[in-house]
Amino acid sequence: MRSPNPDRYSESDSPSGNPPGSEPLTVEQAIANLRHEDLSLRYYAAWWLGKFRVRESAAVEALITALEDESDRTELGGYPLRRNAARALGKLSDRRAVPGLIRCLRCSDFYVREAAAQSLGMLGDRTCIPELMQLLEGGVVAALPVPGRPHLTQPYEAALEALGALQAAEATAQIQPFLEHPVARVQYAAARAMYQLTEDSVYGERLVQALEGSDLQLRRIVLSDLGAIGYLPAAEAIASAATENSFKLIALKGLLEHVQARAIASLHPDEPNSLSADAIRVMTLMDALL
Amino acid sequence: MTDSPQELIRAIEQADSPGRLVASVRALTAARLEVGIPTLIAVLGYNNPGAAVAAVEGLIQLGEIAVQPLLEKLDAYDYGARAYAIRALAGIADPRALDILVEAAVTDFAPSVRRAAAKGLGNLRWNTLNAQQIQSAIARALETLLLISQDQDWAIRYAAVVGLQALSTQLEVRPSIQKRLAEMALDNDPAVRARVQLAHQSLVMSP
Repeated sequence: MRSPNPDRYSESDSPSGNPPGSEPLTVEQAIANLRHEDLSLRYYAAWWLGKFRVRESAAVEALITALEDESDRTELGGYPLRRNAARALGKLSDRRAVPGLIRCLRCSDFYVREAAAQSLGMLGDRTCIPELMQLLEGGVVAALPVPGRPHLTQPYEAALEALGALQAAEATAQIQPFLEHPVARVQYAAARAMYQLTEDSVYGERLVQALEGSDLQLRRIVLSDLGAIGYLPAAEAIASAATENSFKLIALKGLLEHVQARAIASLHPDEPNSLSADAIRVMTLMDALL
Repeated sequence: MTDSPQELIRAIEQADSPGRLVASVRALTAARLEVGIPTLIAVLGYNNPGAAVAAVEGLIQLGEIAVQPLLEKLDAYDYGARAYAIRALAGIADPRALDILVEAAVTDFAPSVRRAAAKGLGNLRWNTLNAQQIQSAIARALETLLLISQDQDWAIRYAAVVGLQALSTQLEVRPSIQKRLAEMALDNDPAVRARVQLAHQSLVMSP
């Protein structure tokens, strides 16, 4: 979630290098491969089922089983297959995955917890909110880097984003202090969630200001945040941000989709086909970025 | 402020900060010098977006005299530079760029290049072609845009709609464009659908 990708078909989440004999897969093979004795084929199959959004019941059930996998371990005690299964389940829109993903929030592997939090945010089932809030337990003082590892104690960004996406109003007081977290990405995730929970433009403007920052990678992340929350007043700032056009187009697409969704929700029966001035304004900016 | 052309060009070559590079590109652009064209084209490959955008504007202002050098110097190895060059060619809108735009729109691996080409294909100044060339040139642009309007990438389809809307000023291809836009009104991407709707409105308003 936090590594935005300008061109949809460049696969940032693909396993590096296809294991021999792994492609082309059929749905049946991919499901069967989740139990293959070759662990790299299991890992690949889990990614593949998510990538191609195979929503068949058998695929979902096999991936849920893979969340408990004990066979595939890294030197540091990580669970690669669980990570991929958790990521895939977020893309399959099947809420049967929710209890297994909630259990994954307590997994010893940080990346399993992160993948589970992201997927729970996507599945839209609010029963996981208390467990997501537990990831924020201890607040900002507990949200420290883990020595020798490139991450904090918990997947704070993923948890904050998921709580925002799930409209977890009960988490607002817990989220707010993370606006002051020393890590910029965590601050942005908090601002994004706060905007989704309150629709207060203070938080949207905070992200707009962050577009002026000096770090390109952070500017890209902020663009994806603004696109995700559909913050319309940011349209011009997005169009003139110092990043590649691909990232700006995706952010503006997010704004346009929000405008359109709102238009459909408040449809005027007498003019069902007219575009709003806001929609046209966003598209004019997009056209100029082609 | 009467720097010689050589001084303006040297200022770009010797710029020691991104900000100074942008400023010196703007200075050369403002002077509108034909001898500055190779330098402006070189700037497209400096990996400085601000400078590249300024250079694209400068090349568009210079117009037709920049077309041949742009076509000759198109960078096959740097897709960032190629996208800017295609944007410059699309902005100048000289139909000599047709072949390059068709090739870029269909076969380039970089989406940024393809989007710029798609937009440019709708906008060429067709009336500068002679009577024999004009129809087949418009037909090729149409055919290319119809093809890439089926791409799997939403942004390529979006750019194809922008190109088709612009091309619809050519009345002989307008029925084909309207037919395709009607099909694309059912696109699975909401942003593409919205852009199709906008194109449709503009067609209705400019009969």
